[in-house]
Amino acid sequence: MTRLCCTLLLLLSSALPLKAEVLPEVHFLIPAGPGGGWDGTARGVGEAMVKSHLVDDVSFENLSGGGGGRAIAKLIETADRQQYTLLISSTPMVVRSLQKVFPQSFRDLVPVATVIADYSAFVVPSDSPLQNFADVVAQFASDPRSVKVAGGSVKGSTDHFIFAKAIEMAGGDPRKVVYIPYDGGGKAMAGILSGETQLLSTGLSEAIDMARAGEARVIAITAPARLPDAPELPTLTEQGYALEFANWRGFFAAKGLPAQRYADMQETIARLLATPEFEAVRKRNGWTLLHREGTDFYQFLEQQEQEVGQLMRNLGFLRP
Amino acid sequence: MLDGILIGLETVLTLQNLMFVLLGCLAGTLIGMLPGLGPISAIALMIPVTYGFEPASGMILLAGVYYGAIFGGSTSSILINAPGVAGTVATAFDGYPLARSGQAGKALATAAYASFAGGTLAAVLLVVTAPLLADVSLSFQSADYFMLMVLGLSLVSAFAAEGEHLKALMMTCFGLMLSTVGTDLSAGVQRFTFGRMDLIDGISFLMLAMATFALTEALMMVLKPDQVQQRQPDLSHASLKMTGAEIREIAPTISRGSVLGFFVGVLPGAGATIASFLAYGLERMLAHPTVKPLFGKGSLRGLAAPESANNAACTGSFVPLLTLGIPGSGTTAVLLGALIAYGVQPGPRLFVDEPEIFWSVIVSMYFGNIILLVLNLPLIPYIARLLMVPRPYLVPLIMFFSLMGVYLVSFNDFDIQMMVFIALVAVGLRLLAFPMAPLLLGFILGGMLEDNLRRAVTLSDGSLAFLWERPISLTLLVLTLVALVSPLLRRWLSRH
Repeated sequence: MTRLCCTLLLLLSSALPLKAEVLPEVHFLIPAGPGGGWDGTARGVGEAMVKSHLVDDVSFENLSGGGGGRAIAKLIETADRQQYTLLISSTPMVVRSLQKVFPQSFRDLVPVATVIADYSAFVVPSDSPLQNFADVVAQFASDPRSVKVAGGSVKGSTDHFIFAKAIEMAGGDPRKVVYIPYDGGGKAMAGILSGETQLLSTGLSEAIDMARAGEARVIAITAPARLPDAPELPTLTEQGYALEFANWRGFFAAKGLPAQRYADMQETIARLLATPEFEAVRKRNGWTLLHREGTDFYQFLEQQEQEVGQLMRNLGFLRP
Repeated sequence: MLDGILIGLETVLTLQNLMFVLLGCLAGTLIGMLPGLGPISAIALMIPVTYGFEPASGMILLAGVYYGAIFGGSTSSILINAPGVAGTVATAFDGYPLARSGQAGKALATAAYASFAGGTLAAVLLVVTAPLLADVSLSFQSADYFMLMVLGLSLVSAFAAEGEHLKALMMTCFGLMLSTVGTDLSAGVQRFTFGRMDLIDGISFLMLAMATFALTEALMMVLKPDQVQQRQPDLSHASLKMTGAEIREIAPTISRGSVLGFFVGVLPGAGATIASFLAYGLERMLAHPTVKPLFGKGSLRGLAAPESANNAACTGSFVPLLTLGIPGSGTTAVLLGALIAYGVQPGPRLFVDEPEIFWSVIVSMYFGNIILLVLNLPLIPYIARLLMVPRPYLVPLIMFFSLMGVYLVSFNDFDIQMMVFIALVAVGLRLLAFPMAPLLLGFILGGMLEDNLRRAVTLSDGSLAFLWERPISLTLLVLTLVALVSPLLRRWLSRH
């Protein structure tokens, strides 16, 4: 009887033209422990969903391991129980499945929508003679070992290959880039400030805090145009190197759900991004909005996979 | 500077902010006491609570949570050999044997006094030297970090019981080997993962510590009940009193531990865990041969050294965070995120632009330490009552809490399987009288030793001259040689 009532209610509510919420609940699956970038994004989005009354019931599940592969595997294996689950992921997912860190790729899931982007940034200490990317290219051309590049992640990751790609576009040999990996962006920043490396390649969200602290200078970012939140930062494109790269963060769902569910998920996210509650969370964290959904998102992923794969093969990180 | 302290006092000494210090310390202590849950989880849990507060109040609360968690972590280290936080692993070396010999109250009180003194001394050092220290934290390069880790490894002899040097050395090597599991930073290659996705991120230090200490100890209680003696704990308040001789014994230890801990904490590439191991090793090396055998069996000095160092290091880690905006550890990275979310920009301009935040955080450190002491001392006899639980109930309790603690960090059941496996291996090794502390020393230093060496070699284009060309490296190299040669020299001198 109760079930009948519920079904009736559901039917009724879905028949109403102005429904307040399209999803009864959302379960966020976070492929890392608490406190990181994925965790912060999922919890921020969840918080905005509840505060804007778009979703009543939001839950979070942290599952780390395998560079994120463990959570992807779980979502695939238990797809029938993951009716309202959104898995958060970002560009490293594409990179790691190319490197075969885990056997799955975005094709094994359904890309729902991206919400924000973090562009790459090249940073130098405030007193560095390097003023713009052309200076970097000139110095690299004279001696590749005189521009050692620090990054907060392993060799062959985004921080590394974005700089290599920029050098390649400027006519240099990307294989000659000397990349010095650190355990985290903070330590990499300490590395350039201690003078042992000359340039830092990292995510803008990390770089901008350090640049605003006054110790370092951002010489180029990989956004298509200057950002409204930080108009003082020059893009690579305006300096004559047409390199655009967005480290997206977005959500995926399990395969095999009712088709309407994906549409509802997309609609919830699309509506959320327009709310003042999400705007408050976005501003608080300094995120840049990047909204792509459904097939658009899928094609974006395919394009990124192709570009990144080509680059990594050029650099010798992947066997051709 | 004086008006800075006044600004800080003015901000902290409101009823509301004092409540926040108290609340933070209390929440941190409780979360930290749970094995496995450390300051990162505690702070991440408390951040949403602080949105909407004044930035200074929010930071005061979170800083309280941070100390509280480190402080609480030492409690579970001492009572059940299950370190709540990586920084308190070294606390278990002497704290747990002390508790087992019936002096749980004294052990907890010593930890409380040492933490208090470490935290307070470091806060004074911070006030006096903060702007200068920004330069110190930037003066260390990869080569210097490498030499610091080598110095740490040279202390391994300090970790060995008399006549067990070879076994200690073997266990250190085993620890170094375990630290190579996972994705290698310098080449991006997976090593020793056997195709298992779960090993890509390497073995977690806390999991290893819980498996080799808490779980192994619980299993030993079952296997050799007569060996693991448990004397009835003295639970009176009088047991917390320290004699004048004891105070004279640990006072120099605490001052050494605090200064060492503070400076290691200031370095973004080191941190509280390294600081506590270094302080423990140093103390054991400096100890007179007559008291040396006490280490590892319940020495007050062996307990006070890491406890003062880890608290001082936590305070020290605020230097790069507040003055440079650089997080040196996972915990300070989470704190940085909170600061940014409040709209505060840490950096050299912080104490010019927003002095009330800078100074109130520092002043709140004094109050936090006092509150922690006042809060915890009267509670010690009640907390120590845990040891009155009969062994048939205590053993499963320890196992449950350590397994849950590890699971709650990763939520990955593979970690639990690995933990049980490691514990079984460790039981075998312990039956053969292999010490476990050198394993952890090798493991914690190994990863950083390798990464920093490979960075240093790449940076110097393949030359090894960085070992003696940089003044800091050279100093550390000399200290290492002294550490290695002095025991031999001392023995030679005593013979002639």
